[in-house]
Amino acid sequence: MLVLIGVLLVVIGFALRLNPLVVVTVAGIITGFLGKLSPVEILNAFGNGFATSRSVTLFILVLPVIGLIERFGLQEQGRRLISRLAALTTGRLLLLYQLIRQVSSALGLATINGPAALVRPLIYPMAEGAAERRFGRALPEAMREKVKAYSASADTVGQFFGEDIFVAIGSILLITGFVDTTYHLKLDALNVALWAIPTAICAYAIHGTRLFLLDRRLDRMAKEAGLITRPPEPEAQEAGR
Amino acid sequence: MIKVEWFYWLCGAIFIAVAALTFADATNARRHGSGAFWGLLGGAFIYSTFVVHKTAPAWVLGLAVIVMALLVATGQLGRGETPGPTRAEQEGGADRFGNRLFVPALTIPVVVIIFAVGLAKIHVGDEPLLEKSSETLIGLGVASILAVVIAFVMLRPKSPLAPLQEGRRLLEAIGWAAVLPQMLATLGQLFVAAGVGDQVGRITKNVLPDNSLIGSVLVYCVGMALFTIIMGNAFGAFPIMTAAIGYPVLVQHFGGNAAAVFAIGMLAGFCGTLCTPMAANFNIVPAALLEMKDKYGPIKAQIPTAIPLLACNVALMYFLAF
Repeated sequence: MLVLIGVLLVVIGFALRLNPLVVVTVAGIITGFLGKLSPVEILNAFGNGFATSRSVTLFILVLPVIGLIERFGLQEQGRRLISRLAALTTGRLLLLYQLIRQVSSALGLATINGPAALVRPLIYPMAEGAAERRFGRALPEAMREKVKAYSASADTVGQFFGEDIFVAIGSILLITGFVDTTYHLKLDALNVALWAIPTAICAYAIHGTRLFLLDRRLDRMAKEAGLITRPPEPEAQEAGR
Repeated sequence: MIKVEWFYWLCGAIFIAVAALTFADATNARRHGSGAFWGLLGGAFIYSTFVVHKTAPAWVLGLAVIVMALLVATGQLGRGETPGPTRAEQEGGADRFGNRLFVPALTIPVVVIIFAVGLAKIHVGDEPLLEKSSETLIGLGVASILAVVIAFVMLRPKSPLAPLQEGRRLLEAIGWAAVLPQMLATLGQLFVAAGVGDQVGRITKNVLPDNSLIGSVLVYCVGMALFTIIMGNAFGAFPIMTAAIGYPVLVQHFGGNAAAVFAIGMLAGFCGTLCTPMAANFNIVPAALLEMKDKYGPIKAQIPTAIPLLACNVALMYFLAF
């Protein structure tokens, strides 16, 4: 039972917001001692663990090219693509964004979007703008908070349940790396990734439904706040361009 | 045949090049500590080859890894003031290149799939062209090189070092977190070696209804979610729950499809990530970025999705993996 202290240490360390890398290292050393390993055995375990789990870090090979195309306007172009969707309601906009996020993560583009690069500068302003178009500019704080929360959630859910379909993502590599070294199996990363597809579809169905219902929820909140709901704007004439 | 070790060496070379650029970066107040960190990491990647082949002692590498953690713990890691792309640069680039900017990025998944699905079957003489069970990783390595070449020809950056400089910018932004998944995998192996998985397994067996497949699937999936909520990270929960029940009970005893069990198990853990403030970068950081009054707003929006999705994962594993 004593070895479970290592797990407890990780929990406490994360709860105290200590640096995760340091927490993990210290918990590893202490767990080793509690498991009656000698200092050399512990160092060997760290060395072997590092050497056999290198595949998890191989993703850094894509950073130079991502950085380069970012410099030449990748995010700006992403913004331009998305801003053509400005005529949607809050819920439908977020529904569409989650789809884009999920599909692009599945294609291995999980790290180039995210809350800092897209949600704050673009998605939230557009979602809020859509709500203002419908309910007027005097949007109550509670409704703004709701739109913010759902903008963040569309991004997070989209990323989580999209990225596991991409073969070279950390979690897939961790699964194959850990299982292959520990149990001497030969798992194929692509096969593991394909099994993430059913869950991805469920995630889109569940969270998508909730995003779809967000418009009605905002309607209700607006009614309670005494705001008059305006009829939805007619579809943009130039939508086909 | 093409070996995955070549790409680990490429990775190590990139880290060492980043270390060199860092040592020379006068805008980084902590350039010695940072340079040492990236340099050690690069050296560790190359030295690992000999550890895997058992031609060099592993403890040397273990020591290097702990020194890296010490550098982080004592705050020696910092970033230089490498300027990110300016608004003008980004707008100019988007005007000039438009959707072609997506070509290098999309090259990567396409090439990976070609390698994993197509080239994996090709043999040269008696040997397979790609090292067995590393086809995807080799594909990723080749795809990265190809994407850089395409981007270079298309964008014609002024300096030949531009990809390396831009890579360093992103790597410094990620910082020590770049090695965290690897350290968590190492911790998982240490946990297993010290018997943590066995202990959790013994505890869960007392809770578990005898020989019930649905009960075992439920304990694995819910356990993944709960451990992830506590640890803030599904990567940390995975080795523990897999050693406790995922491998011995679900794969060995019930004969489940290993790839399906582990893939869906990890996604059950992700349902936990949606619910926990411990996963700060996914749940607290967006709230901060959006300047929300309620720090837990995103979590509150995600919990009603996480619970039914966890139920879906249990059902998917039960029906698809056995």
